[in-house]
Amino acid sequence: MYRYDDFDRAFLAERNAQFRAQVARRLDGSLTEDEFKPLRLMNGVYLQLHAYMLRVAIPYGTLSSDQMRVLADLAQRWDKGYGHFTTRQNIQYNWPKLVDIPDMLDRLSDVGLHAIQTSGNTIRNVTADHFAGAAADEVADPRPYAELLRQWSTDHPEFQFLPRKFKIAVTGAPNDRAVTRAHDIGLVLKERDGQLGFEVLVGGGLGRTPMIGKTVRDFLPEADLLPYCEAIVSVYNRLGRRDNKFKARIKITVHETGLDEIRRQVEERFAELRPLFDGTALQVLDDLKAQFAPPAFADSTDAPVVDPLLRSWVDTNTAGHKRADHAIVTVSLKAHGATPGDATAEQMRLMADLAEAHAYGELRISHEQNVILPHVPRAALPALHARLREAGLGTANVGLASDIIACPGMDYCALATARSIPVAQQIAERIDALKIEHEVGHLKIKISGCINACGHHHVGHIGILGLDRAGVENYQITLGGDGSERAAIGERAGPGFAYDAIVPAIERLILAYLDLREGPDDTFLDAYRRLGPAPFKAALYPEEAQDAA
Amino acid sequence: MSRNRPFTPKVVTANLLREGDVVYLTAAGDWSPDHSAAELLTEAEHANDRLALAEAQPLRVVGAYLADARPGPDGRPEPVHFREGFRATGPSNYAHGKAHEVQ
Repeated sequence: MYRYDDFDRAFLAERNAQFRAQVARRLDGSLTEDEFKPLRLMNGVYLQLHAYMLRVAIPYGTLSSDQMRVLADLAQRWDKGYGHFTTRQNIQYNWPKLVDIPDMLDRLSDVGLHAIQTSGNTIRNVTADHFAGAAADEVADPRPYAELLRQWSTDHPEFQFLPRKFKIAVTGAPNDRAVTRAHDIGLVLKERDGQLGFEVLVGGGLGRTPMIGKTVRDFLPEADLLPYCEAIVSVYNRLGRRDNKFKARIKITVHETGLDEIRRQVEERFAELRPLFDGTALQVLDDLKAQFAPPAFADSTDAPVVDPLLRSWVDTNTAGHKRADHAIVTVSLKAHGATPGDATAEQMRLMADLAEAHAYGELRISHEQNVILPHVPRAALPALHARLREAGLGTANVGLASDIIACPGMDYCALATARSIPVAQQIAERIDALKIEHEVGHLKIKISGCINACGHHHVGHIGILGLDRAGVENYQITLGGDGSERAAIGERAGPGFAYDAIVPAIERLILAYLDLREGPDDTFLDAYRRLGPAPFKAALYPEEAQDAA
Repeated sequence: MSRNRPFTPKVVTANLLREGDVVYLTAAGDWSPDHSAAELLTEAEHANDRLALAEAQPLRVVGAYLADARPGPDGRPEPVHFREGFRATGPSNYAHGKAHEVQ
């Protein structure tokens, strides 16, 4: 894992001292709110529906046990005892007091964490495959590149006032778990002729105008990563629209300018920039690769899995590790009826302890709002599962219908137009009551509480978008979305549903799928792609289907 | 406010600067976390005056605005839009909204 050096520590200390002084000047009236607002946003502090919110970056979703314990400390000491892991691998605290935030940031800095560029029109937290460094299907660990991008983009003087926010995701595996195709820049590590490089995607994004990223460079040698990314952001900074906030993301720039012209301008700018990168970045990259070296794996053996609950959990919540005697464990933060992505301070501490005891002290946060223990010796699985179950963290539902992504929605977010959390809770409870989710199998339900799509509903196999229709919550359903390497934007199914009708609608949809599928291997998404929307719409709108018959 | 639309009753709401809590301006000019303690403003001119009073307290509150409200059964104000309802009572997933605690 990356370890802060003296430069990082000094930078962060200075930045935190600046923000402490800015807060003091706001409180004594030296700064107006208009003057203070951009300063607090640059440090991840929002004013939300009920209170301030502090968004802390978890770079590429990687945490040490010590860092997780500090996140727990913040939750306990300065919030209401819990934190909310987000769809961008960050954590949000929903109830901090402004006067406490400088102390919270100082505490974070003790373990090399911060909230810089978690807001504003800057390059945001660089995200990565949450199985990075562990996955059996990986070409190479994407995190050294993500860390290099983090260092390059943090406080980059040219990119502090972009037309709009800018999000980069990196994956090192062909199975895309980082939703790279829905990012402003998506980077997919590949190997060609023995050399590592990237397929570079540009112009993906969700929100008001969802678009799948387009390949701007089929293979970029790893040595050119920074100048090429700088060229893309530089072209965007020049061409991106500043006259209309809703058309300011690079996806619109690419769409309006055309991919070929964007590519021409990027390559032209790249040719200018490349000589200016003197090789220092490559030395840094070499150092980073050494820091992200795998732990000293101990040999392990398969533990007997007799208990049916353990068997179910192993089948559902573990994934193939690059070593056959280890497993990747996903700890579900989606107990049926719980708030997706929330963890209490006690749960965070337990996961930190378990990571230390059984997973070489490493944890990951997934954009799907779960916690990953990336390197677990298989012999430790029974003991790990037992401890997780005691703490309410043993739910065996990863990748199933109740493993729902949900943004905070109108329960917390000032931008939201409807609630998303209680919809997720009720769907999960209903699915649990029906006892069908293991039979249903792989199904991704994603819920956003507004058109900004933080809940990734566009790429949900079933997407739910909460809207305000004449002062009443209303929920639109999209079908067939996919955030994987076969990325697709879901299609709107039809008229929206009232708050009390959305859960029954989802139930009808899932039960219809069970009737329509050819067998357990025919997933919801496969069945939708094969059959088209008609039979699913018939389930959602039975009265209309009857009228048409 | 549009000049073409008839004025509908309002309350002044904001967040406390230091703590961030949702608060409402009372008839006495204090700030309360309790929506029903707010002053129900039934005339446009008076509402604008009260908003100006709130905006003149930048060291006490932040983001003051007029929110639609209506008289409840006891004559005290209650929110009209569900967004303001959630601000008044706190989130629906935990019973710990700040306004909720004082009710």
